[in-house]
Amino acid sequence: MTVASASPSPTDDKYEIAHLRLVPKRHIGRMVAAAIVLVLLAGLVRAFSVGQIEWSYVREFLFAPAILDGLTNTLLMTVAAMAVGIVLGVLIAIMRISGNPVLSYIAIGYVWIFRGAPALLQLMLWFNLALIFPTMGIHGLIEFRTVDVMTPFVAAMLGLGISQGAYTSEVVRSGLLSVDSGQYEAARTIGMTQMKMLRRIVLPQAMRVMVPPIGNEVIGMVKLTSLASVIQYAEILHNAQIIYFANTRVLELLLVASFWYLAVVSVLSVGQHYIERYFGRGSKSIKTSM
Amino acid sequence: MKQDILVKAVDVTKNYGDFCALDKVSMEVVRGEVSCIIGPSGSGKSTFLRCINLLERMDGGAIWVNDELIGYRREGNNLHQISDAEISRQRRRIGMVFQRFNLFPHKTAIENIIEGPVHVLGQSVEQARERASVLLERVGLAEKANHYPSELSGGQQQRVAIARAMGMQPDLILFDEPTSALDPELVSEVLDVMKDLAASGMTMIVVTHELGFARNVANTVTFMEAGKVVETGLASEVLSTPKSARTAEFIKAVHS
Repeated sequence: MTVASASPSPTDDKYEIAHLRLVPKRHIGRMVAAAIVLVLLAGLVRAFSVGQIEWSYVREFLFAPAILDGLTNTLLMTVAAMAVGIVLGVLIAIMRISGNPVLSYIAIGYVWIFRGAPALLQLMLWFNLALIFPTMGIHGLIEFRTVDVMTPFVAAMLGLGISQGAYTSEVVRSGLLSVDSGQYEAARTIGMTQMKMLRRIVLPQAMRVMVPPIGNEVIGMVKLTSLASVIQYAEILHNAQIIYFANTRVLELLLVASFWYLAVVSVLSVGQHYIERYFGRGSKSIKTSM
Repeated sequence: MKQDILVKAVDVTKNYGDFCALDKVSMEVVRGEVSCIIGPSGSGKSTFLRCINLLERMDGGAIWVNDELIGYRREGNNLHQISDAEISRQRRRIGMVFQRFNLFPHKTAIENIIEGPVHVLGQSVEQARERASVLLERVGLAEKANHYPSELSGGQQQRVAIARAMGMQPDLILFDEPTSALDPELVSEVLDVMKDLAASGMTMIVVTHELGFARNVANTVTFMEAGKVVETGLASEVLSTPKSARTAEFIKAVHS
């Protein structure tokens, strides 16, 4: 090799490029695309600013007590419905893989039925339960009037939670199946009972697979709770509607509600990131991406 | 009983559909001794091992560990399957080391070791940690206590797995091809830990292809093929002067 580079002539400076300036490549296409999008965006912003929106109303109602109460109720319903959904989801998933054919088929039937009807319809079914069961309770022991029990809160929690459970159970099931069978065997080998194995070894590992979709479901649930406005549950959209029925500032109040939905979802997205990191501990792929 | 028999298997049989994985396998292991099971893959070695701690249910025969019938309770002329809780209790006394380590990936090395002692045996965390540190020291991984399995080499993971089995203070440890999933240069560090464990008087049943280990460490060697025990005896005799032509053939094939 060295022999070949005998004696380059002094005039041959073809290989002397260390002192030259690097001119970066111009991305003309990108610049054009960005310019077009920015122009469109500017137009949109202008449209909103000259449109018939009274921004003062948006400002005024953003922190109105009725709106903040509605926000609290929205968050409350998200937590309640999601709690019902996750508890049912875990239960149904464990029933599904339990090996007991009766439990397994009940789990399949549950998912089939509650995934098969719109959430709005399920809310209305629960809310109107009194039409077919005027009273409920254990025969001869306790009895309630259904209308007293099925408040908008309870109806919305059951309607949203139970249908959510059908989806969550599939997430949990895929999480459980993602755990290597060797983990089950190792847990059994150190003498763990079935429940302890699920709680200490299997579920924590399944969480890594389950957290991202469940995070999405929580975020979806925040918005799904708006359905409860239909059955008079005083969540944020419902309260916004009540206000605009009175003052006719429809779009302003819808913007107020959308601001809060967006704010809640943004906070949850950040939270999801940290939860994912916690359950990813011990996993190489997540560590390096941190 | 002259000798102290820890494990006694009588006519253990296991079928998968029409396939007979174990055909009346009988074996005895004396307390404090190391017993190696060798044989070609598919010969039923691992299945037999997994019957001892009930990871597999046998279809026939019986196994006693420490004079306790595994998986069943005898009442008069009836054998009753024992409850899941009883099975868990029996498994506590029987450690197992797997081919693929099966450490809990969401727990550090020391957390893997104390998991059983704390959450199954009910020891205090401090006590369990103290004992686990000693075990980690013993397998030469004291400085890796707070590492996750994904940060350890295969050989290190397997040594933690052995320490995890020892943490339960079992009567017996089963080894299911403990070095088969390792890179060749990592095999000896695991075998050294197992030798040390054998020297300390732990009863071990080892399914392995490491005939050198069997020759140096095992008291008895059993050769299995097609779900049957072909030959069993003192390690030196079975490995050096096998009675069965099939055993001789297998040993020659592994060595070459």
